[in-house]
Amino acid sequence: MRLLFVCTLVVVAMLGYILWDIFSKGVGVLTWEFLLTNPRKGMTEGGILPAVVGTVYVSLITAVFAVPFGVATAIYLNEYARDNASTRLIRASIRNLAGVPSIIYGLFGVAIFVQGFGLGTSLLSSGLTLGLLTLPYVITTSEESLRNVPNGLREAALALGATQWQSVYSVVLPASVPGIVTGSLLGLSRAAGETAPILFTGVAFYLRYLPTSVWDEFMAMPYHLFIMATQHHAIREVRPLAYGTALVLLGFVLIINIMAFFIRARYRQKLR
Amino acid sequence: MRLTAHQSDRLAALVFQWAGWLSVVVLFGIFAMLVWNGAKAFTDISLAEFFFGTVWNPAAFGEARYGILPLVASTLLVTTGAMLMAVPLGIGTAAYLAEVAPPRVYNALKPAIELLAGVPSVAIGFIGITVVAPAIAKIFGLSNGLNALNGSVLLAVMALPTIITVAEDAIRAVPQSFREASFALGANRPVTLWRVTLPAAMSGILAAVMLGLGRALGETMTVLMAAGNASAFPSGFFAPVRTMTAAIAIELGETAQGTTHYFSLFAVGAVLFGISLLVNILSEKIARRFRYKI
Repeated sequence: MRLLFVCTLVVVAMLGYILWDIFSKGVGVLTWEFLLTNPRKGMTEGGILPAVVGTVYVSLITAVFAVPFGVATAIYLNEYARDNASTRLIRASIRNLAGVPSIIYGLFGVAIFVQGFGLGTSLLSSGLTLGLLTLPYVITTSEESLRNVPNGLREAALALGATQWQSVYSVVLPASVPGIVTGSLLGLSRAAGETAPILFTGVAFYLRYLPTSVWDEFMAMPYHLFIMATQHHAIREVRPLAYGTALVLLGFVLIINIMAFFIRARYRQKLR
Repeated sequence: MRLTAHQSDRLAALVFQWAGWLSVVVLFGIFAMLVWNGAKAFTDISLAEFFFGTVWNPAAFGEARYGILPLVASTLLVTTGAMLMAVPLGIGTAAYLAEVAPPRVYNALKPAIELLAGVPSVAIGFIGITVVAPAIAKIFGLSNGLNALNGSVLLAVMALPTIITVAEDAIRAVPQSFREASFALGANRPVTLWRVTLPAAMSGILAAVMLGLGRALGETMTVLMAAGNASAFPSGFFAPVRTMTAAIAIELGETAQGTTHYFSLFAVGAVLFGISLLVNILSEKIARRFRYKI
């Protein structure tokens, strides 16, 4: 039993060390100026504003794509689909999609969105690619939250003469919104931290201007960290900036996670 | 035009059904795209060279070489190392969470594990460069710690949350009566855990391991950043390696579209896709087959 405790301690210590290392070494460069200005002098000075903005933009596009399709799929599976061969095929596809490596999504994005649909390397291509990556996550969490809606609510709506769609739209969906929002936020926080899928579909090394439309390339925090950590010509000198970027990225992901956590906690309280 | 209630009901049902099929289309689309693009590489490379060649050097000045084996070997090496660390740690932690942890400790640990799952892979890779690599170099007296071992350590960290979460669920799903029966026979808690609970949860635990394995196999950024990135055939854990994922990530940006090298990376992707699909399907099979067979 003590061995189990040691295992847990090791895992927690690793997490603690990662967080502490990034926080303690990154907090030194973390100022408003770091967050709100462009990189300067070949990215050896200045801030990371374009990377922050790029990550926010691409996450929004991801959400616009992944959430409606994900929720719609979840509604189909939980409210409409019968347990037959085609439903099992859909479920198996979703499970396997969740296991597809992120770099494969990147290849798919290049071949289909960038070249096939001619969207070019752009916010839109990257957002769609990340959207596909997030889709299985949104579906799974949304379906779980739909499943938790008591059947009595559906039956009550139908008994009042509502069609199935009316029952879903005005009774089932509102009851499951907190769960759907929580799941979507968690999925988006994963997407925001991904690098491989955006590598060839739209992210740029350095841009002087913020993106003005979905057709523009963009900078993103994960890619910026990758560049600052491995590709920069003066890696040692920019290490503090890399730590700063890591801290902001981690903070961004963490804030989304905490938001999701509180929404879930409040919802649970309400249920009691 | 306003739809009647009946019409909008029919329309909604149709829309949801289409959305449902989207996932199937995407999965098969990914497969078709990889095969379609990957196949174009074989106008220049023979299948035998690709699958059995031991040199991956598409950018060579003389004769470009397209043997996938070094990449596959690197992936297997790094993943095996990761599993050797992550599996005992993960199962131990899962058992602690499910069987030992008092509620207050549990409520603090559970979000922490979820948090670890949320740390972006690029941040873990960064830690690999700045913290783990120097530590490995120091401990083993190497000039450089960016090698397969470093990749394994980092992939273990990436795979742990998956293994812990799924294995914990599996251990929790073991009926309480199993434990009570064991206690009634005079077994203490460690014996019950080792001889009753863990064996009974074996299917779920194996599924957890397979899912963690899938996670590690497909991880890109950490190995790209911290595993050394040399495409030679790996000689051991202290050798710098380039995995399949890293090869795609680093080389696709450097090659011109439509070249043999470009298409060969899709072929590598197809192999990777096949392997991870296999791991996924196996994990489901295992989870189904061994359910409560002790």
